[in-house]
Amino acid sequence: MRFGVVVFPGTWSDCDFHYVISEVVRQPVKYVWHRDRDLADLDCVILPGGFSYGDYLRAGAVAGRSPVVEALSEFVAGGGLVLGSCNGFQILCEAGLLPGALMRNECLQYRCQSTHLLVENADTPFTRALRPGQVLTMPISHGEGKYHADPETLRALRQQNRVVFRYATAEGEVTRIANPNGSVENIAGIVSEDGNVLGLMPHPERAAESAMGGTDGLQIFHSLLGSLVEDGTFLKR
Amino acid sequence: MKVRVLVRLKPGILDVQGAAVQRALAGLGFGDVRALRVGKLVEVDVDAPTAAAARARVDEMCRRLLANTILEDYTIEADEAGRLAPPGAVR
Repeated sequence: MRFGVVVFPGTWSDCDFHYVISEVVRQPVKYVWHRDRDLADLDCVILPGGFSYGDYLRAGAVAGRSPVVEALSEFVAGGGLVLGSCNGFQILCEAGLLPGALMRNECLQYRCQSTHLLVENADTPFTRALRPGQVLTMPISHGEGKYHADPETLRALRQQNRVVFRYATAEGEVTRIANPNGSVENIAGIVSEDGNVLGLMPHPERAAESAMGGTDGLQIFHSLLGSLVEDGTFLKR
Repeated sequence: MKVRVLVRLKPGILDVQGAAVQRALAGLGFGDVRALRVGKLVEVDVDAPTAAAARARVDEMCRRLLANTILEDYTIEADEAGRLAPPGAVR
């Protein structure tokens, strides 16, 4: 599976993703500069965390209109996979590739901590190595991660089973106290209607080796590789 | 043509920043603040033949970048002060 890690001015998780993909998951990976539009030789594009363009105006706003993100629409329409983590999730929402928006944490604090995530949808290319009801542990690190969507959008997300992860307790209970940023309905990650775009605030790349305190994030990469092997979707592209 | 764009959170969307500022004001003795919301001001100088044309351009800018219409409303105003003052004038 050929990965591309997008680099904007101000991105900070690009090297972590690159390292995990090349050294831990051992797949071909290259950096993609934010001005590039050519994604033809990639199967999966990663939008990493950070502060793209300094998060000026709104988090992810300027990056959401960059050449590489403009090229993503076509890439996604052709079945390409896109994973946006943290700032990448904000960018995907700003670009309209995912519904809703991310706003200032309700607590007003920048939250850098470990979180528990309840897996709700294990039927996506990003989660097929998991099972619904499973609880993962992954870190978050953001000041603007409060997911917001209007009631109609939320209803559609629920009906189409597009909420992939919710913040939960270690036992998998979705409670207010387990919600680190005030996200509506504890939403931590969602997928697009076709299921090939995932946005999540947590950092799977920071939970990919036991030396980093956990390996639950690796499950997402393993799911992606399984998708490639099992149904060959991405070989057909 | 100088135009001013006011971007604010839609009514009903919790403004945690505004709430924090309100609390700080209360701490300074301004307990009489009934409500406070924080927004953004964007000043745009746009090359346009008429005020209507400038407004139309800025409206497009708002929809495409300056505001996130999921969260925010925006209003566009002609910057009267800017129009009256010649460039470089001391105000």
